[in-house]
Amino acid sequence: MIPALRPRIELLSREFVDKIVGEAFTILDREGVFVENGEARGLFREAGMPVDASSLRVRIAPRLVEDCLAATPASFSVWDRSGARELSIGGDEVHFDPGSAAPRVLDSATGRERKGLTSDVVRLVRLTDACEHIHLQSTALISSDVPPIVGDSYRLYLGLLYSAKPSVTGTFRVEGFKPMLDMLAAVRGGSEELRRKPLAIFDACPSPPLKWSNLTAQSLIDAARAGVPSELISMSLTGATAPVTLAGALVQHTVENLSGLVICQLARRGSPVVFGGSPASFDMRKGTTPMGAMETMMLDLAYAQIGKALKLPTHAYMGLSDAKLHDAQSGFETGIGAVLAALAGINVVSGPGMMDFESTMSSEKLLIDNDICGMAYRLLAGVAQREEPIAEHLFAGIRPDTQFLTMPHTRTWYRAEHIPAVLADRDTYDAWEGAGRKSIGDRAAERVRTLLEALPPNLPDPALRAELRSIMETDARRNGLDRLPELD
Amino acid sequence: MDDLNAIYGRMAEAIVVGDPEAAAGLARRALEDRLDLQDVIEKGYIPGIRRVGLLWESGDYFLPELISSAACMKAAMAVLKPALEASAAVGLSRGRIVIGTIEGDIHDIGKNLVASMLAANAFDVVDLGADVKPDRFIDAAVEARADVIGLSALLTTTMLGQRRVIERLRERGLRDRFKVLVGGAPANRAWAADIGADGYGENALAAVARAGELVAEKRSS
Repeated sequence: MIPALRPRIELLSREFVDKIVGEAFTILDREGVFVENGEARGLFREAGMPVDASSLRVRIAPRLVEDCLAATPASFSVWDRSGARELSIGGDEVHFDPGSAAPRVLDSATGRERKGLTSDVVRLVRLTDACEHIHLQSTALISSDVPPIVGDSYRLYLGLLYSAKPSVTGTFRVEGFKPMLDMLAAVRGGSEELRRKPLAIFDACPSPPLKWSNLTAQSLIDAARAGVPSELISMSLTGATAPVTLAGALVQHTVENLSGLVICQLARRGSPVVFGGSPASFDMRKGTTPMGAMETMMLDLAYAQIGKALKLPTHAYMGLSDAKLHDAQSGFETGIGAVLAALAGINVVSGPGMMDFESTMSSEKLLIDNDICGMAYRLLAGVAQREEPIAEHLFAGIRPDTQFLTMPHTRTWYRAEHIPAVLADRDTYDAWEGAGRKSIGDRAAERVRTLLEALPPNLPDPALRAELRSIMETDARRNGLDRLPELD
Repeated sequence: MDDLNAIYGRMAEAIVVGDPEAAAGLARRALEDRLDLQDVIEKGYIPGIRRVGLLWESGDYFLPELISSAACMKAAMAVLKPALEASAAVGLSRGRIVIGTIEGDIHDIGKNLVASMLAANAFDVVDLGADVKPDRFIDAAVEARADVIGLSALLTTTMLGQRRVIERLRERGLRDRFKVLVGGAPANRAWAADIGADGYGENALAAVARAGELVAEKRSS
């Protein structure tokens, strides 16, 4: 049998990748990066790098970068809450997770954006848990009914309570790491078990150009020491916080991510690190950061290719839209992004459910996007030979009235070869009209309701629930919140 | 001496094309030639920045041109300022605004853009930078005898600080002394109303227009 060819896309020649990486190495060596975190600067000093404490500038020699690259695993695994299901992050594996850390939701009832609440987070987490093609959770929404200071731990708490899937998350404060780590370790039954079977990936974003803030550098260090994978999210804006040319922005992206990778490896050699990002083609008129722009997606594809050339796991914010409702723009931006990310073999793709420049999550869009991700996976599976011969035997003795519906071959293969539409409209016009002329948003809203009614919450056992709650309550109390919002 | 209108035209042109050396050079010549500085600004440079605004509105100019022109305006004003202050020329400033990005937020692209557009439009701007504590805004506004306090935030987690500044103004009995203008990616009109701000600018040009209105309101009250 001839296997399916994995379709793929690459934007850069090998020569171009080498040139971008070469310039990045030169910049790291000559200009360095700015590191606001004293502990991180200490690590660089110990490694013999020139550190200027007054300007916070750290220069990183090529040999150290090379050495740290060699120390970083090309792939690692995360495990679900039970510790039984493993997801490999590396190679050409593609895993979608919802877009991350939105402050707002698109309210299903009003069609308007509003601040996220605990009930919204729970709904999104439960729906994500049910989405077949979204392999990872992300702490996708911030609850406005707890103080912002505990927003980071609280969203992870809800994610661990209502879903078994491993999660992409991150800290909002230096002190946030500890309670979040405690919760993850509680799920695993200990910090060593967590180290062996990571349950979450922590995002850390450098501030463009070329700066690691105190918070993000600390997250890299803390995560590395705890054996928690870090995802480097360089987020340059072309022509505003980074060079305007795509290639120029890629140089900066590479500098920022490599400097973060070095911090991780200096904190603990062999730490898993993902070469990720959230750059954008800065809109020179609106001053916005369009995630649905083709140039943004081209940046994503190209830096992911650079990450792969450096033998690192990769991540991107793709499969999301800047639209404010479930319209054509929402579909085309999400669809193009998800398909391109899959073709590029990007390991972690954060986007489903997200709209309005990474600021808003929608339950309906999450379900629509789950179908888009399913289409992307189907594309990746490619065209395979299923039988030998392929079809010659089906035509033996063919007559004018031959049809294929009743052939055993059809029955054998149609489910493997074709995925049924869930939310896309494939009705005839009359049937569509008869069903009430519904848009995909209308159909998704109905499916949100039926899914939530049909599915029992995917809760862990009562003892773990109590332990997670206790960790969360302690963190909340320490930050002036005496009572957590009620959960259903 | 060249025809005055030709000189004014060159000043405007320097702003429109975004040539800081020309803008500053023409300002130095204006000082040497003892031109009327009020005319220099009002007939030379201001028409230039107005034309930039029109080019922006017609869709011909984008942010790079807008910011470059604002920087040229700043370069020219820097040359003229000492002489203006020495001559105690009054009536040139359209108002004084203390501006900064809220505590915990290190993003200042939006704020910088608003600050430079305000300065280019003849406001006195006291830029406190990024990561500014609520009381620092207020102290600086008191010290500068500002008309307006401009609060920028890029993160939803930090935009709460905008409310905090207004609360602190009330607590300190200073709420009526200053108009408060808010902006930044997560802010919107409803948010501005919710926290009791006086105005909201959805972009730099809107912020400039709103600042002008707020100064007028304040001075007429």
